[in-house]
Amino acid sequence: MEQLTFDYPAQRAVTTRAHVGVVGSGDLEVLLQPASDMQARVVVHTSVDGYGHIWKSVLDRFFTRYDGAALIEINDFGATPGVVALRLAEAVEAAQDGERGAQS
Amino acid sequence: MSSTNQVGPGALLRESFIELSARERAAAVLDAGTLRELLGPFDRIESPWLPLQGIVCQADDGAVIARGTIDGQPAVVAAIESAFQGGSIGEVSGSKIAAALELALADCERGKIVRPVILFETGGVRLQEANLGLAVIAEIQSAIVALRAHVPVVGVIAGMVGCFGGMSLAAALCSMLVMTKQGRLGMNGPEVIEQEAGIEELDSSDRRQVWQLIGGEQRTQTGFADALVDDAVDDVRTAVRAAFAQGMPHSHRSANVDATLARLAQIDPASVTPESMRAVFAASPTNLHGETA
Repeated sequence: MEQLTFDYPAQRAVTTRAHVGVVGSGDLEVLLQPASDMQARVVVHTSVDGYGHIWKSVLDRFFTRYDGAALIEINDFGATPGVVALRLAEAVEAAQDGERGAQS
Repeated sequence: MSSTNQVGPGALLRESFIELSARERAAAVLDAGTLRELLGPFDRIESPWLPLQGIVCQADDGAVIARGTIDGQPAVVAAIESAFQGGSIGEVSGSKIAAALELALADCERGKIVRPVILFETGGVRLQEANLGLAVIAEIQSAIVALRAHVPVVGVIAGMVGCFGGMSLAAALCSMLVMTKQGRLGMNGPEVIEQEAGIEELDSSDRRQVWQLIGGEQRTQTGFADALVDDAVDDVRTAVRAAFAQGMPHSHRSANVDATLARLAQIDPASVTPESMRAVFAASPTNLHGETA
C-alpha cells in the first residue's frame, strides 16, 4: 500500500462535496471537498505500489481542465488509469450538481 | 417486432436491485428523497486494522447507515457494500450496524417505533479483524432479537454475494427475510465447503447445484426465508413495505426450536438432496408482492 500526494494550482473555490465509487477490485473511491486555501490537493491511497508516475500523468491531464480548489482523496483498489479518469470526472459532475442544487 | 417475443417491454426495463451500490440500495428502500446518511464517507470512520495489513480502507468501511421513512414511518436502513472486501463485517462496519439497531431499539422502548431494515450482502466476518468482527456480529444479533419484540426486523438478501457466516445467523433472526432467486443464504460458502470437505462433498463451481442448495428459491420453499422477489427495485421496495404492513409474525423462525429439531431429525446428512429438504421443510412463501400480485 502506498500514499501519494499531489498539489495543483486552483482558480476558483469549491463549495460542495461529492463522493463516488467503491473500493472494489479494479475500482476506486473519490471524496471531493472544498480545500482550505486556493489550491487543489490530491491524496491517493493505493493498493498497488510503484505507479506514482502514472498517477501524476492521469492527474496532470485532469488538472489541465479542472481548476477548483478541491481536496480530493482517493482510495484505490487497482483501478486502471481510464477508470481513475472516469471516476474523477464523475466526482466533479456530482459536485457541480450539488452546487447547482444549492443555488436553486 | 418478432411474434416469438413473449417478454413485454416492461420486463426489460425493470431496474435491477442487485446492480445498485449499498448507498443506492438504501435510497431505493426508503421513501423517495428521505435518505439521511449517518456516519457517511466524509465522517471517515475507517477500519484502523486494514492499513496495518497493507489494505486500502473505504471511507465508510463498507456499511451505509441511513435514516428516513418507509410508508411515512420512521425507518433505519443498514446496507452492506459487497464490492468492498466482499461485504465482510469489520469492527467499524459491524459497530455501525449494531449501533444503528441499538438506537432504533432505544427509540422503540420509548414508544417511538423505528422500522429497521438490513440489506445483507456479506461473506460474514472480516478475517483481517477476526475476533473484533465476530464480537460485533454478536452485538448485531442481540440487537435484532431485542428489536423484534417491538417491530418487525426486515432483512433482504438480493445477491450476488449472498449472506454467509455469522451474518447468516443474523439474517435467520430477522422477522421477515426477503430473497431474490440470485440471493444465497448459508453458514459456510460453497468455496469454503469445497476447501474443507473436498470436492466430492460440493463442487463450488457447479452453480446449478450451489443455487439448488442455498439459493433464494430453495430457501423460501423450505421456510428458511419468507418471500421470493424478482431482482427489481420495485419488487424489493414493495416487499419491504408489505412486510411492515403485515406486522409482527405469529412466531419467529428462530423461536420454533422443537419443530425445527423434529424436522432435522428426519434428514439423513449422507443422502440429503434439495428435493428431500423441500419434502421435509415444505413451506409456503409469504406473498409480499403487494396488492397487484
